[in-house]
Amino acid sequence: MIPKLAIYVVKRGIILLLTVVIATYMTIIVANMGGYVDEIIKSDLYLSISQNIRQNPAYKALNETQIRWLINATYTNELKKIGFDKPFIYRSVLYLRDALTLSLGRALFISSDSGSKSVRIIILERLPNTILLFTTTQLLLFFIGLFAGLFLARRYGSLLDRLSVLFAPLSSMPGWFYGIFLILLFASFLRLLPYGGMVDVPPPTDKFSYALSVLKHMILPVMSWLVAYVPINVYVRRTFFLMFSSEDYVELAKAKGLPESLIQRKYILRPTLPPIITDFSLTLIGSWMGAIITETIFNWPGIGSLFYMASVMFDSPVLVGLVVIYAYLLALTVFALEFIYAILDPRIRAGGM
Amino acid sequence: MSSIKQFFRTLFIYRSALIGLMIILILVGLSIYTMFTIPYDEATKLWRAGERYWLDNPRNAMPSWVNLFSTKKMPETIVLDSRKPQPGVSKALIPVSDRITRIKVEFSFNYEYDDFPSELNLFFNSSFNTSPPQLTIHWVKPNGEDIVLKSLLVAKGEDRYYISNDEKLARELKNAISKKINGTIEYDIPLTTLLFASEDSSILNPSTVKVMKGTYRLWIDGIAFEASVNLDAKLVVYGKVYGWAGTDHLRRDLGIALLWGTPIALSFGVIASISIAMIQMFIGAVSAWFGGKVDSLMQRITEVFMVLPFLPILIMISTFYKFNIWVLLIVVIALSVFGGSVKNYRAMFLQIKEFPYIEAARAYGSSNLRILTHYLIPKVLPTIIPSIVLSVADFVFLEAALAILGLGDPLAPTWGKIINDAYSNGALYKGLYYWVLEPSIMLAVTSLSFAMLGFALDKIFNPKLREI
Repeated sequence: MIPKLAIYVVKRGIILLLTVVIATYMTIIVANMGGYVDEIIKSDLYLSISQNIRQNPAYKALNETQIRWLINATYTNELKKIGFDKPFIYRSVLYLRDALTLSLGRALFISSDSGSKSVRIIILERLPNTILLFTTTQLLLFFIGLFAGLFLARRYGSLLDRLSVLFAPLSSMPGWFYGIFLILLFASFLRLLPYGGMVDVPPPTDKFSYALSVLKHMILPVMSWLVAYVPINVYVRRTFFLMFSSEDYVELAKAKGLPESLIQRKYILRPTLPPIITDFSLTLIGSWMGAIITETIFNWPGIGSLFYMASVMFDSPVLVGLVVIYAYLLALTVFALEFIYAILDPRIRAGGM
Repeated sequence: MSSIKQFFRTLFIYRSALIGLMIILILVGLSIYTMFTIPYDEATKLWRAGERYWLDNPRNAMPSWVNLFSTKKMPETIVLDSRKPQPGVSKALIPVSDRITRIKVEFSFNYEYDDFPSELNLFFNSSFNTSPPQLTIHWVKPNGEDIVLKSLLVAKGEDRYYISNDEKLARELKNAISKKINGTIEYDIPLTTLLFASEDSSILNPSTVKVMKGTYRLWIDGIAFEASVNLDAKLVVYGKVYGWAGTDHLRRDLGIALLWGTPIALSFGVIASISIAMIQMFIGAVSAWFGGKVDSLMQRITEVFMVLPFLPILIMISTFYKFNIWVLLIVVIALSVFGGSVKNYRAMFLQIKEFPYIEAARAYGSSNLRILTHYLIPKVLPTIIPSIVLSVADFVFLEAALAILGLGDPLAPTWGKIINDAYSNGALYKGLYYWVLEPSIMLAVTSLSFAMLGFALDKIFNPKLREI
């Protein structure tokens, strides 16, 4: 029994690791535009070397051919020093090794607010901002959806329930889109809340008013996501619970006259818990990636806007760093979930899946 | 035929489906109308033409229909051209001798609006041999007072005098009016206001200053020292409202982009959602049917794509290649074919695979391809129609999102492009709400119509939902 489980777990572990490796390598290829970013770096290097040499008074006496030769020689040396004399394919493997061992290296163009070029510091500086905004939002969304879903499933056909069905199509518009409207209304028209950013300029000095200022800046982005995604979350959960409450064993429990709360907890919530937990943990992990457009519209200094900046500037080390961290987190979460379900679910334990 | 009728009867039980379908039909009709009245090449040309083409339009003007909802009438643009005869325009070239010609161009117009014009420009087109005509430009207010705006020598060919940018004139007029009413105008008063305001104490405060209504006259008195001279002039009194959609910071008619945004958004959304769903379903079917190595390969590829961040990769690729909207569509499809839905389709096909009729098909020796295309896919197809309809909105917004990030097709006039322009020109700070609201409402209406139809279809095709 146990060896079977162990084999399953090891097999899944290896497959997930391979997924991470391949995804990371693909990101490296895409983020370097198949080697194009190298050309940018090389031409920048050549330009700066030739400028340095031509402006250096020590080389004034040299004629044009000698200067050319000197520039080329220095350039070749520099290339060797940063490892660019090797072809891109060879170096992409080195990049892969670095990425997988999480030695994320230095950014090409972006630097952190503290002035550092280290990819790790750049990411760590922004991660808390994104977690603050999007993890809060996702938690709110999840619990509102769960409780409102349970509530409405119990009151099927009531006015509130019909309203939840009516409003579900509102979620066809994304959060950032509602963000524009909310900015228009609350920032531009009513002038109650800030247009964007994370904290007042200049930032308040004492901790309390700083926190208050951040909170004030969070209202609109959080609200825009709630307006956009609460309808669909409630609708999906309600429908999900309704489907389960028409299962035979629930009908039986009702027929037995068990109390409503017990039926809900033991007969509806418990069997539906695994997919809900999977869903919950994946959205939480996903929320760490931030949201590119929402962060851009609200000028929120998080991972999403870092992603955007890095993709527009072709800052491949930052991109690869972000993707590899996400890939690891995702793989670990999936692995942990599968491990737990493998222990709990007899079908998986038997190796059916 | 009757089954189609039956289907629509069931569909229209849901009122939202009827409304959604009607809006979609209206949007399709609008798209067809747009494609026939303004060909795409012309639309992109107009949209990219730059300010020269749109020189007679006001900048950042609101749509004209705002006047219907307000007691304060905003000015429309008035264009008077001496080359186009109309009441209020006159031009005369009077040969005084064989070496001297007098020129007289006169424009008069009625100004009954409650707000001031946004700008005032005078364009010239002249031809002469050696001696440029010397012009004096006069401005006559409804109270009969004649002000000399400027004297100038006009250049050969095209020339212009941006009246509302003449700061020297603004200073002089401000002082003259101040002296006349025995007060000083403290605030920074635009020249258009000085030229059109009632000259009494109300002018001293920006909140009370009002328009002097009546007939205005601008006349040009010119003299040229040759006989073969010609001068034409065009006066543009720029309003604050324009057309049914208004204009943007480059004086472009937003209507063009709003109209053309419709077919672009619809075709982008519909093509993307249908082709992605079809390909994903096919991959799911192949994966489930063949099983074994094919299955695990497909599943691993799907997992890799689930790890790859979709939007950043799309952004990178579109920053790099700057391609047009149709190539963008292909890239979006290519990046999505191995999306997470493949797993859902595979699960569906795994169930169907075990059905007896599939076994029967296998027993009579039908090929794999035949089973896939004739037995598996048709069985699942109806159940995915709702999700295809629902995801149209996602792709419409994806295109808009890329445009808002400044990464869309640089040529195509789309809704996202308008929002991007509005955003980068601070429309929300300046209170130019129409600029953001018009494309946003189009986006909202489009996505809502597909969503309403999609939710209703979902209830029809997924009987499990209908029961509850």
